[in-house]
Amino acid sequence: MKFKTFAAFVAPSLFMMLLFIAAPLVLVFVESFYQTNPRMEAVSVESCTPGFGTQTCTTQTKIQPALDASGHQVMETQFVGLDSYRAVLEPQKLWDSLRTLDWNGIMQIDFWKALQFTLLFTFVTLPLVLLLGLGLALAVNNLTKSLRGPVIFVSLLPFIITPVIGALSIRWLFVGDGILTRAMEHFSGTDISMFAQTWTIEILMMFYRVWSNAPFAFIILYAGLQGVNQDAVEAAMIDGASRWQRLRYIIVPYLMPLITFVALIHLMDAYRVFDEVVGLRTQGHVISLQYLTYQFLMPDVSGNRSISRAEASSMLTLIGIVLLLIPMLRRTWADQKGRAQ
Amino acid sequence: MYLRKIALAGAIALMGSSAMAACAFQNTVPLKMLSAGFEAWKSATGAMAECGNFTAELDQDFGKKQPEAFAANPSLYQIGGVSNGEITPLMNAGTIRPLDDLVAKYGQNLQPNQLIKIDGHIMAIAMQVNTQHLMYRKDIFDKLGIAVPTTYDELLAAAEKIKAAKVVDYPLGATMGVGWNLGEEVNNMFLGFGGQPVNPDGTPNVNNEMGLKTLDMLKKLTAYEDPEYLTSDSTYVQQQFQQGKIAMANLWASRAGAMDDPKESKVVGMIEGAPAPAAMAGGKPATTLWWDGIVIAKNITDEEADAAFRVAMEGLDTEMVTAHNTDSVWLIKGYVPGRLAAGAFATAALNPPPYPSTSAMGVMHMAMDGEVGAFLKGERSAADTLVAIEANYTKGAKDAGILK
Repeated sequence: MKFKTFAAFVAPSLFMMLLFIAAPLVLVFVESFYQTNPRMEAVSVESCTPGFGTQTCTTQTKIQPALDASGHQVMETQFVGLDSYRAVLEPQKLWDSLRTLDWNGIMQIDFWKALQFTLLFTFVTLPLVLLLGLGLALAVNNLTKSLRGPVIFVSLLPFIITPVIGALSIRWLFVGDGILTRAMEHFSGTDISMFAQTWTIEILMMFYRVWSNAPFAFIILYAGLQGVNQDAVEAAMIDGASRWQRLRYIIVPYLMPLITFVALIHLMDAYRVFDEVVGLRTQGHVISLQYLTYQFLMPDVSGNRSISRAEASSMLTLIGIVLLLIPMLRRTWADQKGRAQ
Repeated sequence: MYLRKIALAGAIALMGSSAMAACAFQNTVPLKMLSAGFEAWKSATGAMAECGNFTAELDQDFGKKQPEAFAANPSLYQIGGVSNGEITPLMNAGTIRPLDDLVAKYGQNLQPNQLIKIDGHIMAIAMQVNTQHLMYRKDIFDKLGIAVPTTYDELLAAAEKIKAAKVVDYPLGATMGVGWNLGEEVNNMFLGFGGQPVNPDGTPNVNNEMGLKTLDMLKKLTAYEDPEYLTSDSTYVQQQFQQGKIAMANLWASRAGAMDDPKESKVVGMIEGAPAPAAMAGGKPATTLWWDGIVIAKNITDEEADAAFRVAMEGLDTEMVTAHNTDSVWLIKGYVPGRLAAGAFATAALNPPPYPSTSAMGVMHMAMDGEVGAFLKGERSAADTLVAIEANYTKGAKDAGILK
């Protein structure tokens, strides 16, 4: 392809990526070293609130934003260096806890608690999604043709359901005396509260993620299975290779690039786990890195936000994803180079 | 909070513009309103819709949308429904207008009690008051011979008796979900013990004797609550009441009406209200007073503001209250307090403090909300938790500009 043609095809998408991904990223990075907040002033304000029958009027000193002549808040920005990162990471507290080997102390710092869960979530769901996806793909591949269509459709359903709705269904199935909690109580004969302790909530979150994401792995790997060289499989059968040996030495190596691809996508998605926290409402027990950023960003009742801490935490999340992906990307890179030669 | 949001996403009520005879005038200016989604707002916005050209968006997470929506020019909504919490960011940003002129023009039927004055100007028109107070199953209390508790120590004793009698799943309902509710409970109890969470200069003030007592009491209460208390909010507790799973709870007055709704409640006629218990003997009820009402956006034309206020007044009139008397503890003329409003009235008679509408309280609320869970789960000591609340607050207050 001529360079000109190539450029003409790539330029629009490159431009969009620069404008909507790279530029905001750079801005957030730069902004994370600054802090912007309204200038506050202490004023004495009389406010009257209704009681029953009569009003109660109180005069109190309030610290509230100063407004300029046109009625807008006066914003102040100052360079704070790494302060926002320090506020998120709490290196001093972390170091103190590390020195005394106090795991519980580390878990009291939101960022490290969120990181711990995010990593656990990512690495527990990854193999489960791959195994379940591969298992489904193999099973469907061995079905008679007439059954494949309906089975594929049913297997894809969890993937089609809107994530928040799916997470909510899980919550309603298990919270309090939800149907499935009742069923478990019936069979075990004990009182079960799935949302009362962290580990059961974590299991539910991971269960949901595997259930909803395995179809993605399944459909990709199933597509891959259609291209497996049948001659090689038959040759192996003639040589007396068992089902397992055929899988291990012919099919899986053939599918490896696709497995790497699915793993890559899943790593990126799982590391940004968010729907489960919101949908299952787990923030009392479990939070993720993405949720932490969200929490900093959401205004409280009085409209205050912690934007600079949100920026710092989103940059840290990004760094985390890059670190996770480096080994996978290097592998893909090496594969590509090997193939090109 | 998120469950409510999603549950209500379906209920975002787009009230039709079919004009009905009940409105005194035909509104021709297109108007939009954003408010919370509880029963009283459904009734009020329903009545406003009768004037025509009016759309209401009812969303429990309205507080997160409102500041940005009202800061737009022109504002995305002409009318806002707020409580004394959510009015703070609007006041801070200067995006709502004083209503003195409009009240003089169209507010003949308003009660003086409804006019929310801040710094000498009427900034909002209140329609109802709301407060958390003790709701209890009268049948269970009578059967077990339990007197209505007036302090939290008595409440614990009552809970113990109910637990021993095994008449309900959990003696006590808990609005302790992390997200907002837990902060509210901590603040209620802390005020009840005589604390003042933020000093006038904006520094935190919870690491003290009252803080320790607060945490100790909350922990004792959890022994009688659904173990899933950290994910449980007002809607969940209301449902537990309605399904007969709990015997008492410190719950919002706005939730009381639903107890007698035969469509969803199995305990019609069995729930009674009483003052919120005091944290300590002789103290004020450990709760805060809230109001809900309407505000009018600043960034709209005077013509729109005029129409918006008139429509709002139609929604908050005696006719609406008469039709929906049991929905709420209304402040509007013509309201007759029903059986289920008695508890809220009795609470207010004991003068609990109004919830403070300040920037600092918003930060403190979320600091309490974020840190106390770890203590209740037993992961952190009470003393460390109080230190953590103050540290959390200090960070948030710096981000907000309250502290330097």
